[in-house]
Amino acid sequence: MSARTLTINQTLVSAREGESVLEAARDAGITIPTLCHLDGLSEVGACRLCLVEVAGSSRLLPACRTTVSEGMQVQTDTPRLQEYRRAIVELLFAERNHVCAVCVASGHCDLQDLALHVGMTHVRYEYLAPSCAVDTSHPRFGIDHNRCVLCTRCVRACDEVEGVHTWDIAGRGVAARVITDLNVPWGEATSCTSCGKCLLACPTGAIFPRGSTVAEVQRDHSSITRIMTARGERW
Amino acid sequence: MSKTIIIDPVTRIEGHAKISIYLDDVGEVRTARFHVTEFRGFEQFCVGRPFWEMPAITARICGICPVSHILASARTGDALLAVAIPPAAEQLRRLMNLAQIVQSHALSFFHLSGPDLFMSIATEPGQRNVLGLAAQDPELVRSGIRLRQFGQDLIEALGGRKIHPAWAVPGGVRSGLDAATRTAFSARLPEALATTQVALARFKDLLEPLSAEVASYGRFASLFMGMVAPDGTWEHHGGNLRVVDAQGHILADNVSPDGYAGLFGEASEAWTYLKFPYYTPHGYPEGMYRVGPLARLNVCRSMGTPLADAELSEMRQRANGGPVTASFYYHYARLIEILAGLERIGQLLADGQLEAKNLRADAGVNRFEAVGCSEAPRGTLFHHYKVDEDGLITYVNLIIATGQNNLAMNRTVAQIAARYLRSDRLDHTLLNRVEAGIRAYDPCLSCSTHAVGQAAFELELIGADGTVVDRMVRGK
Repeated sequence: MSARTLTINQTLVSAREGESVLEAARDAGITIPTLCHLDGLSEVGACRLCLVEVAGSSRLLPACRTTVSEGMQVQTDTPRLQEYRRAIVELLFAERNHVCAVCVASGHCDLQDLALHVGMTHVRYEYLAPSCAVDTSHPRFGIDHNRCVLCTRCVRACDEVEGVHTWDIAGRGVAARVITDLNVPWGEATSCTSCGKCLLACPTGAIFPRGSTVAEVQRDHSSITRIMTARGERW
Repeated sequence: MSKTIIIDPVTRIEGHAKISIYLDDVGEVRTARFHVTEFRGFEQFCVGRPFWEMPAITARICGICPVSHILASARTGDALLAVAIPPAAEQLRRLMNLAQIVQSHALSFFHLSGPDLFMSIATEPGQRNVLGLAAQDPELVRSGIRLRQFGQDLIEALGGRKIHPAWAVPGGVRSGLDAATRTAFSARLPEALATTQVALARFKDLLEPLSAEVASYGRFASLFMGMVAPDGTWEHHGGNLRVVDAQGHILADNVSPDGYAGLFGEASEAWTYLKFPYYTPHGYPEGMYRVGPLARLNVCRSMGTPLADAELSEMRQRANGGPVTASFYYHYARLIEILAGLERIGQLLADGQLEAKNLRADAGVNRFEAVGCSEAPRGTLFHHYKVDEDGLITYVNLIIATGQNNLAMNRTVAQIAARYLRSDRLDHTLLNRVEAGIRAYDPCLSCSTHAVGQAAFELELIGADGTVVDRMVRGK
């Protein structure tokens, strides 16, 4: 596999052919914020937090879905990108009902961490305050759509790691919701193996162990990577 | 022409309130109304949440007594799970509730009511606060602050934080208390006990010079309700309810918390968001009852610990043996409860089982409706939930101590006004007296209306024709 040399934030970086800009940056110790990305899962480029500026492109490109090329010049942290990222995080908060003070994942939440990372002090947009359901029909887990950011990490973990595809998305735009099977209550989703990988993948408190209380949900997202790595080594 | 006096806002209470004093045609006080003017709607927006989250959500009703809501809610959750929680968890919850009683009572006595008790009634309102008292009597205030700190630190050691510790959960608690921490708190107990005993001695010295206030700051017959242990001793968590009348006759006894609806109704009035619970067999408003420190001491047989029992006997002797009907004695009762709390904390800290690993019972949803109850510092607190088969809340009713004292607080204001209002004009002295009378109940309005509160006080004087004759505003 041949190497590619590119410049990220004025630093020369060496990357493997076919690697994404996100991977190359992380290998070089450069942090690009992400939300829908999870090591071990495929990339969907949905959250747009990893958008970077690439010389010669008039558009911003998602680092997770952009392959490195020789001589590529990338900027990951310009004022424009910082402003966009902050706006994206604010819009996520405005779209559903994220109340950290009483959330099961408070203190262990990727969205909360992101808000701190991008310097969100308040939300400039009007809250939509949608009426979202909570589904605790599953004996072990619950899904609170108030806290879902539609990153689809649960959908991909279920499909790609567990190989079941219980989770999917129904609806469009702000009306989109993650669903189990053909939009039945989770407890009635016969395909679900109750493995809990969706819980491990979830970045917020949307998917939680049933019976959890505030700040109690601590997950190890890297479990997904470990499973995929082990599987690669064995097969 | 009759008139109305309005005090708005009421200060040094937890919340925002307004008081109207109504005069009749000859200028005598006809009645008084204690208005709570804000509204939050907790009972509505909890609907749809998993009941396991309720301790943490309802804790947010109040920053002073979150522990009371956490414990009442967790207890309701235990009943929905239909479990008996591990014994160590039960003891740990009791320990936290005692710490809460100590810290909240210390706040009420030293920080909020201290200026009323130990400063002249004529003191200018700007000076009549804990800072003014600290300038006059620094050791009293310093020791009171440290006493409150003791309770708050113990809550933090148990729950990880002083305010809103999401620690008690349906089925038990999240963590125990190790030996080193228990030893450290035991070492702080003597100072806390000494502070309480000094405060008791100083309070008793006031009873003679303030005998007019004792007689007029809410001295009337009423019922009293509180929790007692099976043997009738003072209880704050896990006991059953007892109702006594002003002569000490037991009207209802050994009533489990889910029997509250059979005993108490709730009336509402258009002029306040605070409801009026009453003892149903006596009707509204004759079924007026009081809860809180004084009520708990009136319903119990004894305190169950030596120092507190000696003080209880003395208090009862001062009140000629029967139930104490003067609300001024709420302060007295509060100090005795601090003493009892500290003594019981000492006993619990010596208990090695608080380190147990098994602190949380696990179960599914086994009941669809439950009532949980705990003695909050201000009185008996009820949480009543209904859930669906997945454990999602469909109905919430919270019965708060301050609400249960609502009728008595109105009566107290009317009594003070009748005794001290000398004209159809308000002055700072009357304002101070009315506020001090209300403060004996240590009302928490953010809790009682589950409403957003700013400490503020408003007093209005209203004539017989409904016109506002005079008005004073303070705080805000």
